[in-house]
Amino acid sequence: MKIVIVGAGRVGSALAEAYDAAGHQVVVLDLSTSAFDRLPAEFRGSAIRGDGTDEDTLRRAGAEDADVFLALTEGDNRNVMATQVAMEKLGIKNVVAKINDPVRAAAYAELGIATLCRTTMQADAISAYLGLGSMGLPGVIAPTGSHHGDDAHAPLAETIGAGASGREA
Amino acid sequence: MFVLVVGGGKVGYYLAKELIESSHEVVLMEKDRGRADQIADEIGSVVVAHDGCEGKYLGEAGCARADIVAAVTGDDEDNLVICQMAKHHFDVPRTIARVNNPKNEALFRHLGVDEIISPTRMILASIEQDIPVHELLHLAALGEGELEIIEAHLQDGSPAIGRAAGDLTMPEGCSIFALVRDGVAIPLRPDTTLLIGDKVIAIGPNECSERLHEQLIGAIGEAVGPGN
Repeated sequence: MKIVIVGAGRVGSALAEAYDAAGHQVVVLDLSTSAFDRLPAEFRGSAIRGDGTDEDTLRRAGAEDADVFLALTEGDNRNVMATQVAMEKLGIKNVVAKINDPVRAAAYAELGIATLCRTTMQADAISAYLGLGSMGLPGVIAPTGSHHGDDAHAPLAETIGAGASGREA
Repeated sequence: MFVLVVGGGKVGYYLAKELIESSHEVVLMEKDRGRADQIADEIGSVVVAHDGCEGKYLGEAGCARADIVAAVTGDDEDNLVICQMAKHHFDVPRTIARVNNPKNEALFRHLGVDEIISPTRMILASIEQDIPVHELLHLAALGEGELEIIEAHLQDGSPAIGRAAGDLTMPEGCSIFALVRDGVAIPLRPDTTLLIGDKVIAIGPNECSERLHEQLIGAIGEAVGPGN
């Protein structure tokens, strides 16, 4: 699979390393080249300095025919915008945005983006560990609609969600 | 009218101030506490010192009963999210976003923002109006930005001078639909001869602008003047 990852933070670079090692074609974008220091020396994918919310930059990076698009920068809104460009302009079906604000995370899942909310995920994990009961919050909130308000969005492969939540800590 | 303004920079500040003066109900959201306090000192207690991108705070600021939400922060992605949250999560009837990168205009419109204000585009347009030299003037973008309306001011050296409108070889998908001569719009027929000083208004896909330029102004690079 071709996997584009915007944001080479801890999560982004961990996933880039893992998917690259598993034989996938990986493209990582970050605004800062120093972020790429997190990638291992044997990383064979492309690491491109650029704005992942910019359509031209994404096209130049070869994101057009990607199977999966992950927006994992530190900015909730950058992630939202990057995934919307990926879906609407590049036609990528499987997109995940990290959105740490629970309200925004739920709202954008309704608008067709699979969202990943660190806040609810960690609260849930801590609660479960303490035996205070799981809050029943999913790792990745699957998309349920689209911003056009018409047909439901293509469901995201289960494996992507499991991979992402496993790497979060 | 209840207007929720998000972003307390210069634009947000003056916008809120003007709206209050015209007796509208206004809430201004500014996440920087210091800046929020400073504005509140001047325009009164209508300032909420929270991030308007956070759903919780948007709700607390009364987003659900806003008639209009104006997102005027300096960051395009924030303005997009504020408008989408307002529209889809709080059912606000009208959303307005400030867009800094002109390339984002079409995307924002496509993603449901009702109105786009682009200071960059406005200044660009104003600069282009000031340069009457051999350039195509971009008047407007149509649809989602694939089509544009351009104006060509025919001057000496244009290959179109002295030719009938119907004889021009237009790039595919482009057409001339209006002619302004001496400040008057005149009917355009295939046998209308084009003269120096005519302003030709054409519509076409934006990737054709280079070929329109060749047909109406002359080959790119031959013309002189700033902007080339």
